[in-house]
Parts: sequence; C-alpha cells; structure tokens
Amino acid sequence: MTRTLALIRRIRQQMLRDRRTLALLFVAPLFVLTLMYYLFNGNDDPSRLGVSQVPATVVQALEEADLTVIAYDHIDEELLTREKLDGALQLTDGQLSLALTNNDPTKAKALQMKVAQTLAAASQGAQSAEQPGGRNMTTTYLYGTADTNFFDVLSPILVGFFVFFFVFLISGIGLLRERMTGTLERLMSTPIRRSEVITGYLAGYGIFAVIQTIIVVFYAITVLDITLAGSIWNVLLVNLLLALVALSLGILLSTFASSEFQMVQFIPIVIIPQVFFAGIFPFDAMAGWMQVLARIMPLYYGADALKGVMYKGWGFGDIAVDVLVLLLFAAVFIALNTFALRKYRKL
Amino acid sequence: MERSISVDQVSKSFGKKKVLERIDLQVQRGEIHGLIGPSGAGKTTLVKLLVGMDIADKGTVHVLGKRMPDLDLLQSIGYMAQADALYAELTGLENLQFFASLFKLSKAQQKERIAYTADLVKLANELGKKVAAYSGGMRRRLSLAIALIQDPQILILDEPTVGIDPELRLSIWNELLRLKREAGKTILVTTHVMDEAERCDRLAMVRDGRILTSGSPRELMTDYQVSGLEEVFLKVGGAR
Repeated sequence: MTRTLALIRRIRQQMLRDRRTLALLFVAPLFVLTLMYYLFNGNDDPSRLGVSQVPATVVQALEEADLTVIAYDHIDEELLTREKLDGALQLTDGQLSLALTNNDPTKAKALQMKVAQTLAAASQGAQSAEQPGGRNMTTTYLYGTADTNFFDVLSPILVGFFVFFFVFLISGIGLLRERMTGTLERLMSTPIRRSEVITGYLAGYGIFAVIQTIIVVFYAITVLDITLAGSIWNVLLVNLLLALVALSLGILLSTFASSEFQMVQFIPIVIIPQVFFAGIFPFDAMAGWMQVLARIMPLYYGADALKGVMYKGWGFGDIAVDVLVLLLFAAVFIALNTFALRKYRKL
Repeated sequence: MERSISVDQVSKSFGKKKVLERIDLQVQRGEIHGLIGPSGAGKTTLVKLLVGMDIADKGTVHVLGKRMPDLDLLQSIGYMAQADALYAELTGLENLQFFASLFKLSKAQQKERIAYTADLVKLANELGKKVAAYSGGMRRRLSLAIALIQDPQILILDEPTVGIDPELRLSIWNELLRLKREAGKTILVTTHVMDEAERCDRLAMVRDGRILTSGSPRELMTDYQVSGLEEVFLKVGGAR
C-alpha cells in the first residue's frame, strides 16, 4: 500500500513538472470541443424571420426577442430562399404556421424555440381567445426534419471520445517512457509487487484522468451549453469508466511499442476505428459483421450510454449494461497488464 | 567463509540461442567479485537471474542462502543496471525518496539513508536540482546512491563505470572499496575493462555464456604464466 502511494506521489510530481502534457490533457479537449461546437452551430447572427398577417403585438414581441422581423404580404417557398430568410410565420384562417428553412438545424431549432416562447408569452399576457396560442402553431421544414440536430447527437460522443483518446495517449506514453529509460526495470528490482505497480499507475494517472473528465464534462454542459437531458452524475460515471478503460488499454499497448513513434501508430489502429462505431454513423445500417465488430469496442458502449443520458435522458437503469461492459473491459485489461509485467520480472 | 551468492549449473536460452550454459559461480561474503567478458557474453543475463528478474531454465540460484527468485530477498540486494534509470523530471532528492519508499524503511531510516548515500556519492549539495540538469557522471553517482538506498547486504552492479571519465571511475571504485572495507558489503561487478578487473578480489571470465576460468587476479596471472589479465583472457579464449 505504501509502495502504491509512493508510485502515485511520484507520477503526480512528474506530471506537474510537465506543463505541456498537462495542457494537452486539460486544455486540448476543450479547444477541440469548442471548435467543433462553433463548426456545427454556425454564427450567432440574429435569425431573419418573415411574417405575414401576424398581429402587430406579436411582431413587436418577436423583435424584442432579438429577431430581424420583415413583413411581407404573402410568403411562399420561393420567397424564403430568395430573401435568405431563416423562417416565416404566417397566420391563415386563424391558424399560425411556421416554415423553417432549416439550412442549419441548430439555428432552425433555436428560431423555432424563440418563436414558440414569444407566442406563448404573448398569449399568456393577453389571455384572450382571439390571440393565437403557441400550442396551435404548426411547423414545416423546407429542408430536413425536426430531428436534425447533428451536434446534439455528436457532442456526447465527442465528450467520451476526447476523454478516452487523451487518457490513452498520455498514460501509454508515460509508461512507455518508463520502459525505455529502464526505470520500470529498476522498479521491478525492488520488492514491489506487480499488482502494486499496476494499481499505482492506474491511480496515479487516474487522478489526472478524473480531473480531465470533470473539466471536459462541466465545460461541455455549462459553457458550450450542450444538451443534458439526464443526470450529470451518470455522465461523469460513464466518462470515468471510459477513462479507466483508456488508461489500462494505454498501459497495456505500451508493452507492444518500443518508441513514442510506435505508440502514436496505435492511434489509427485502436482509436480511429472506435470512432466509426461510436454512433456517428448509423449503427443499424451497418453490415451484420460490422455490428459484431462494434461490440468489441469500448467506445461503442461508452458512446451509447453517453448519448442515452445526455440526449435521450436515460436513467442509470438504461445504461447499466453499458456500465457493466466497460467495467469488464477495464478488468480484463488490468489483468492482462499484471501478466504483461512478467516480461520484467517473473515473480 | 560464508557464501553470499551461489549459482549452480545454470543454463538459460532465449529461443534457440543459448545465452548461459552450465554456469557455476560462488561469491563469498565481503568480497568484490568481478564478472569480466566482452559484450554479449551473457553477463547481464546472469545478473538478471541473480536479482530474480528472470528464471533459469536449468540449475539454481541461491542468494544469502535463499533460492531466487524471492521478492523479500530484494530488500537485501542493491541493483544498478547499465542504464541510469532515473526520473529526469524529478530532482535528485525526489528520485532517492521515491526509491527509498519502495523498501521496508521507517521515515527516520529513509531520511538517514538518503543523507548517507547522497554524501557517499558526493551529491549532497546537488539534490535540489532536477536530474535532467545533471551531468552524465552525476547521474551515474545518483544511480549508485539509489542502489545503496536500502542498505543492502549485496550490491550487484552491471557495468557501473561504462561511459564515464577516468577520474569519476576512480572515485566510484574507491567508494566500492570503502563499502567493502567499512560496511562489509558483498559486491558483484560486471565490466569489460581489464584494469578494473585487477581491483577485484576474485574474477570470473565469461565468454559465449560459459565461465572460462576464475580465481583471484594474482592466481590467474600465475596460473597462465603471464604478466597481465588481458593476456590471461586472450590465452583462455584462444585455447578453445
């Protein structure tokens, strides 16, 4: 136990000295995530909304909600594209209808939300029968459907992926350096047990993985405002498990690399394929053997659970199987690691 | 005299390549024993069997009367590999502290041993520096201090003076002689430098995984009727 603690303390000291690596671990995921967020979310220009036959009070309310409102006599699809409108609100026969161009699903969704909220507020204030309520509004889309929102689906996968990738890289290279400089061999010439070495590494790098996970998850949810339908604790749990799997896998694969260069070569072999099966491409459309392949990839289970919790609002019961499989992956990798250390000392 | 290390009929191969063949080696308590031979002779493999990192295919290795490998016995063996094996991001002190905490030492003992070993290798004033800023000689000395940290009865040093300047080599040898004289340590050293071999109490000449001959430097020179160890080596090697 004291030996494991000594190992943890040493890894902490080493990591704190290596500012670049710390920055990679903590800042790089936030940087890439932010970049992706803006790539998918487009600009923050006020949406251009065309209106026709809409009461003046509603128009005023819409303008107060930061929308560029332009009045037309009549609106059709051709006008929507020609005038580069994001949407059009029309009142025909007492029925409100909203047509969304949906060029950018995220922007369209935001516009729809804003219009609905404004209408609801306006109807609540007036409380009269003639004021059309937001609930009666029908929505149509020029392109796509109401369900198209790429970043909402993608972001849970991205969060899980970044945690997995950076923990894998740093723990793998960290241990590889120890193998290359001979310090691991020296470590094994002391009375430390192989299990103590593995526990020490898992906990030592684990502390940093936990901090990274917490930073990434909170940044994604509070700063980037990524949809979180379920519990944040479940998100943290799944990400921590992903980090544990990445940690033990990184340490294990470093056994088969003889240089940092060779460690980086594992990325296209081990990391990239996992991304393909994490849910970015529709799973049901894959060939049968591809679906089988997906099930040996830890990220498949992590992404499934994260998407469930963050996007669909799943509870713990719904992700229990994913959690269990991730735990199983970690257990297998840890056991293999303890065995792989026999290369350095048979006992 | 008491035997610290006893190797009996040990063979070891990696794949089809025989690295050690029926090695016999006895090291007495309190002596400096040299293993001399060219690179690739099997010295490092033999050393790894002694510290229990590898297991012999045939034969037995006993250290301090116990059969290796034995985890608890590692408390009594100080091992210094060919590579310096230090954590460059950490200071000298942090390196010593880390390795000290891997052994059964109380906090007070740890402090005392760190102070003693640092003083012994003349690094006491450099402990606050990061190892990355150390010179090659300082790293070797720190590495030696780490091998001594738990006050082991036996010291096993794999080419401790390779690649360092003559002055430092002399000072390391003086330290080894002092450890033998004052603390009664048993020291096993591998080397391929002949003038170092002369400082050993006893020698074993290794080539191609076999021990060609062994004895004190003086005995060897008398036996083979030559005036230098180098000639002994050439004579024995050539006779095969």
